[in-house]
Amino acid sequence: MAQQIEQTDVVIKIAGDSGDGMQLTGSFFTGDTALFGNDLATFPDFPAEIRAPIGTLAGVSGFQIHFGSRTIHTPGDYYHVLVAMNAAALKTNLPMLRKGAAIIVNEDGFDSKNLRLAKYDNGANPLEDNTLEGYEVIKLPITKLTREALADFELGTKDKDRCKNMLVLGFLLWRYNRSFETTVKFLEFKFQKIPQVLEANKKVLLKGYHLADTVGEFTSRYVVKPAKLEKGTYRNIMGNDALALGLIAAAKKSGLSLFYGSYPITPASSILHGLAKHKNYGVKTFQAEDEIAAICSAIGASYGGDLAITGTSGPGMALKAEAMGLAVMLELPLVIVDVQRGGPSTGLPTKTEQSDLLQALYGRNGECPMPVVAAKSPSDCFEAAFEACKIALQHMTPVILLSDGYIANGSEPWKFPKAKDIPTIEVKFAERQDNESPFMPYERDENRVRKWAVPGTLGQTHRVGGLEKEDLTGEVSYNPANHQHMVKTREAKVDLIANFIPEQKMDAGADSGELLILGWGSTFGICQSVTKMLIKEGHKVSHAHLRYLRPFPKNLHTILKNFDKILIPELNNGQLCKVIRDHYLVDVQQYNKIQGVPITKHELFDFAKNLFTVHRSPFTIKKCQ
Amino acid sequence: MSVEITNHIPLKAKDFASDQDVRWCPGCGDYSILKQVQTVLGKLGKKPHETVFISGIGCSSRFPYYMETYGMHSIHGRATAIASGLRMANPNLGVWVITGDGDGLSIGGNHLIHLLRRNFDLNVLLFNNQIYGLTKGQYSPTSEENKRTASTPLGSLDHPLNPVALALGSDATFVARTMDRDTKHLREMLMRSDAHRGTSFLEIYQNCNIFNDGAFFTFTEKQSKPDTALFLENGQPLVFGTERNKGIRLDGCSPKIVDLNDGDFTESDLWVHDENDLYKAQILSRFFDDPSENKHAFPRPFGVIYQKNRPCYEDMLLAQLESATEQQGEGDLDVLIAGRNSWEIK
Repeated sequence: MAQQIEQTDVVIKIAGDSGDGMQLTGSFFTGDTALFGNDLATFPDFPAEIRAPIGTLAGVSGFQIHFGSRTIHTPGDYYHVLVAMNAAALKTNLPMLRKGAAIIVNEDGFDSKNLRLAKYDNGANPLEDNTLEGYEVIKLPITKLTREALADFELGTKDKDRCKNMLVLGFLLWRYNRSFETTVKFLEFKFQKIPQVLEANKKVLLKGYHLADTVGEFTSRYVVKPAKLEKGTYRNIMGNDALALGLIAAAKKSGLSLFYGSYPITPASSILHGLAKHKNYGVKTFQAEDEIAAICSAIGASYGGDLAITGTSGPGMALKAEAMGLAVMLELPLVIVDVQRGGPSTGLPTKTEQSDLLQALYGRNGECPMPVVAAKSPSDCFEAAFEACKIALQHMTPVILLSDGYIANGSEPWKFPKAKDIPTIEVKFAERQDNESPFMPYERDENRVRKWAVPGTLGQTHRVGGLEKEDLTGEVSYNPANHQHMVKTREAKVDLIANFIPEQKMDAGADSGELLILGWGSTFGICQSVTKMLIKEGHKVSHAHLRYLRPFPKNLHTILKNFDKILIPELNNGQLCKVIRDHYLVDVQQYNKIQGVPITKHELFDFAKNLFTVHRSPFTIKKCQ
Repeated sequence: MSVEITNHIPLKAKDFASDQDVRWCPGCGDYSILKQVQTVLGKLGKKPHETVFISGIGCSSRFPYYMETYGMHSIHGRATAIASGLRMANPNLGVWVITGDGDGLSIGGNHLIHLLRRNFDLNVLLFNNQIYGLTKGQYSPTSEENKRTASTPLGSLDHPLNPVALALGSDATFVARTMDRDTKHLREMLMRSDAHRGTSFLEIYQNCNIFNDGAFFTFTEKQSKPDTALFLENGQPLVFGTERNKGIRLDGCSPKIVDLNDGDFTESDLWVHDENDLYKAQILSRFFDDPSENKHAFPRPFGVIYQKNRPCYEDMLLAQLESATEQQGEGDLDVLIAGRNSWEIK
């Protein structure tokens, strides 16, 4: 009987070749962890190449999961456990291991070829020299064991080897004191159409699970008890899936058809995939010929009365800029989803960054204001998407919704709402008129919102376009005073949205204090963790996280004034900092990481702590090295 | 078609004219096209509020402002993409895209080919004047080689694009050509475009009397037209010439011009136009040499070059939605949000 050790939280990284099925292993383990009741956060990390050459450092694909019996805010900085399917996977992940971490290695991935491809020096083998000193190394001949388990199966060696991830998964389930039934159900669903593959995977999974019985050298099992989550019904969800659901919910709650025009781009494509599956919800998806056609088709659909969305990432945003300007001129509802990635240009397609904020706020010709909202976590993408649609529909404006690769592919448990508890979105179309009085397409209400007059409606024929509009009539106008008036009106319309969004609340800490950590987007989890750590140490620190980046909540200025210092951590070169300084004439400290990976708890904690130790001395802007 | 024709008092051209002053240059070919479109819509009994004109940028793209219908003067080259989205949102609207040789073939070339292959049910009127007018006279993708313009003082180096061949190459289901100066033919082609279910691509030779005056006079003016313009009629032999004295004969796959007066051939020997024959349409599309420069050039075909019925994108899209709903039932938001694996914390 193995001894059982209780842990409050664990970070596991599963790494192998991009063809080794690491993402699937990770998502199955995540599913089981979620259903078991732990709180969790995941972070997949894969190369841009679909199948980089086998065994190389470039081809390493990884899946990180952090789960615990306590609240989990981030996927974790350093790993307690690393599964390395080959030498390259070990080499890439070694720097992120904690002292004394456990390393489960596939011995069969450390032959001379693998070592050479992983660029280990002539003859060096980390399993045999002192590289892994201080770690608990569990060496398993994973490939060999898999082949043994499948000796009786009529499958080619290549197909048999593809099951080796299940051996790892089985072993992990045993190690964390779980049952294997849930995973068997996942397998049965996934491979329902290929019974032979299903049986093979099941067999290897069980072999991994019972490895301890047969090998007998593993003495410890670990228990991470279920977390004390709020009462309610939960599911695990990835950011892009939550975003797609939020869009569908907004369509249902506004009584409109959903139209999604998009061009495939990493990391936004899975929104298109997610929506395309739900045609029975009246969802129209359109894979356009390019980014420009994607947004233009959405503009056309919006003009026709659909709830229209386009989704993309940074390079696509650049291409859509002119059409966004058209949507601003037309004053039609539209949501532009930007799942940010590393830039500029093609940049780091599979890596995360928050560097499109300034593009979202300002990246168009002319005076072209648009509301900007941002999602803070995978499950929050649901609400953020819903909110973006609501603003677009009720204020007749294109809205930018910012997500990023980190939350798009990351996952966490989500206490999801009941449909009946999701508020209705009131949409006002221009009412039918007789032909007697001329229709005024640019007549506005007190919030400067014009009417949505959809083609097909009697008595409202009118022309719109990208040329400057005359106030009220919408006719083309080159009148100088009219242009200034219209620029100011479009700006006022967006500014007035501040009256309809909630005031900024503190996400942690008091309403005033020594330090405010001000964040936006995917840094939410890390800001929460670090704030709580600093509070624990006795500092007067608070955390406020911005959902609304244009317009800002009305009370933001007051909040900023209530703190001695403001720290803005961002995965960019200081974009929100620029905007806050510009808007409020307050100084801010910036912490910027531009490495394509999230900020770690320890680096931000150390930086923030340093702000307290250098009392009253002018701060220098320290950038992440 | 999407708009019913019956039970309706035909409207007049003026019923489709907005109160905006038309601002094209006096003498521009666009006036003729505007008038004929307004006339044809009235004749066909279209309802203004169920009709939408969408344009890009350029002289021709001012068109929607002059129509008392719904209209959008959008951005350069993208009217085709916007119109596609509109058809997916509301397939009951009669949608017309107004574009030019720069807007539709240069900056918007990509969207045009994809519109044509997808076959949305709408009408594209491509005003071809072989010049950039609104930006003051640079050569366009359809300008002849060696054209001297503001941007090409030593002559342009570009080989001209053949819009009809491009449309056929994109698997368009309706391809036709007409001219601003033959209003009867223009009206006829507009009616045919409207009648076709799918994307109708109508190239209209249009004179820019300021920057490219007379570009098409070879085909449009009385003295040369009979010998240079070949008017296609379905089921009729290809005959042209001042005294209908010339014809086109197919010798294997090669077209030949024959003289009907020299006794070797009669009309019964000639190529009979079949607008549903893609192979013949491809040959016709290649009658593209300039007869004013090359005496042996084939006459330029006008009329419906090709027509075929093929399912429209928006119909198939809506059918997918319907069949998904039939098979899986109308989507329940609670089921969707809960997913397949949820758990409860009590």
